[in-house]
Amino acid sequence: MSSFLTRRLATIVPTLLFVTMLIFGLQQLLPGDPAVVLAGEDRDPNVVAYLQQKLHLDQPLPIRYLYWLGGVLRGDLGESLRMQKPVTALIAEKLPVTLELAAIAIVIALVIGIPAGIVSAIAKGTAWDYAANAVALWGLSTPNFWLGIMMILLFSVSLGWLPASGYVSPFEDWRGNLAAMIMPAFVLGNAIAAVLMRHTRSAMLQVLSSDYVRTARAKGLDERVVVLKHALRNAMTPIITLGALELGTLLSGAVLTEQVFTIPGFGKLIVDAVFNRDYAVVQGVVLFTATAYIALNLLADIAYFLVNPRLRG
Amino acid sequence: MATLALEVLPREASPGRRAFVRLSRRRAAMAGLVVVVFFVALALLAPFVAPYDPLQTSWSAIRKAPSAAHWFGTDEIGRDVLSRVIYGARASLLAGLVSVCIALSFGVPIGLLAGYAGRWSDALISRMTDAMLATPFLILAIALAAFLGPSLTNAMIAIGISATPIFIRLTRAQVLSVKVEDYVEAARAVGNSHLRIAVRHILPNVVPPLIVQATLAIAAAVIAEASLSFLGLGQQPPAPSWGSMLNTAKNYVENAPWMAVWPGVSIFLLVLSFNLLGDGLRDALDPRHA
Repeated sequence: MSSFLTRRLATIVPTLLFVTMLIFGLQQLLPGDPAVVLAGEDRDPNVVAYLQQKLHLDQPLPIRYLYWLGGVLRGDLGESLRMQKPVTALIAEKLPVTLELAAIAIVIALVIGIPAGIVSAIAKGTAWDYAANAVALWGLSTPNFWLGIMMILLFSVSLGWLPASGYVSPFEDWRGNLAAMIMPAFVLGNAIAAVLMRHTRSAMLQVLSSDYVRTARAKGLDERVVVLKHALRNAMTPIITLGALELGTLLSGAVLTEQVFTIPGFGKLIVDAVFNRDYAVVQGVVLFTATAYIALNLLADIAYFLVNPRLRG
Repeated sequence: MATLALEVLPREASPGRRAFVRLSRRRAAMAGLVVVVFFVALALLAPFVAPYDPLQTSWSAIRKAPSAAHWFGTDEIGRDVLSRVIYGARASLLAGLVSVCIALSFGVPIGLLAGYAGRWSDALISRMTDAMLATPFLILAIALAAFLGPSLTNAMIAIGISATPIFIRLTRAQVLSVKVEDYVEAARAVGNSHLRIAVRHILPNVVPPLIVQATLAIAAAVIAEASLSFLGLGQQPPAPSWGSMLNTAKNYVENAPWMAVWPGVSIFLLVLSFNLLGDGLRDALDPRHA
């Protein structure tokens, strides 16, 4: 386990270093002097001079990068010029909302995707299989912001069952929170459910044709035990690894979903920052997202290692 | 004798033709191809097909429901939704094609270099690719579009750059498996230069999976362009784009739901068709299905 972790961490460090270079490099895309751009439309010379000194713009590029990296390593992602707050504080403020949304979306994706994949594999070539595949294709091809608008039209405007937008803290009113989160979470979970369904179907089909499943059936075991205990357990390893790659879809999807349902989360923070030209926030959010994505993939690899006895030797 | 025997044998169809025959047997893929061709024709013939000018406003036709005069209704300033949907196909298809071309033109040569040269260049390129892949596709595209400035051109560049690492990784993986083949060894043995081996002998043999990935990447790029336009970072008003139409439509869901229906249906159909075509191409181009 320790040698596996050491090897895995050894590849993460240079990747993270390149991530920081990439994100720092984004600032270089700004046309002209970044201090002038960041100073806003007034371009007050005092503000420009202050920013040039603060951002070390009078220094060569590699030195500026090292200053910026040093700050990042100390947990300083810069300050929002618009909101006059540290970027880390803003992320910490908005993150719980997105985490709640993502958690409900993952539950929805798992509840739909894995059973649909199992049914599709068991009933291969039947109407159930075609229906599950059609639903998966629908999930993969529907833009989630459009699905969100259509759900608002149906459940909020026509039926009046759910609120069209907004956010209520679960600590204030858990029912209100659930009512506000169920539609966005379904929208977000829909695409991931489709991907999970495809991975589960493909992994189950492979496992169901293996010798040990045939042996289990030959022993006269109940089909439910064969599928759920013998087959699914072994099919879970590729599902975990491939499912972890969908965390990026989850983070990207959150940006659009939060925009449609006006949820004050992490995704809305980056979009608002883009329009406010609050570049430090954009950089901070992208860096945090990439780091979280790498960390979550590492956790998925560890989970893969733990559930796969062959890797443990 | 040998020459005579060869002449008598029926000439075998080319791999491309065989792949097309296999593709044509897949009904879902062919349906996808038909819809893609339909949208391409719609985009090309937009000035002749669209019933109205997509930018023409009419204060007497604000948010009118679908009717014989306006099949898809009108929007918040009286523009014909059908005409805007037809012209919007141009932005979506252009974004899909251009961004995938950008991704291919960077991704394939870099992946070829990493896979063929190996050593430090492979290690460096692979770590850079990992770094780009670590940043979720749309988040990276949003960040790039934010720093480049909001416009359709910049959105296409942002989507293209964000899609590049997938092509680098795919090309590299294919090159690694092809470069150990006997015919590459033979090409090296007869004294071909590295450039010639890479371009003439390896590249043509890694093309099929790239075609499949490119088709699927166009679907992803169409959604990405619509997403960026929906956020206000892609096509700028008043030019029509399905994403920006949905951005406006979300404010009028109660009063004018038709504004939201048709641009969304169009994105769905186009993306679904590229996905079906990509899946069909994967099956048709995979030698195991031959």
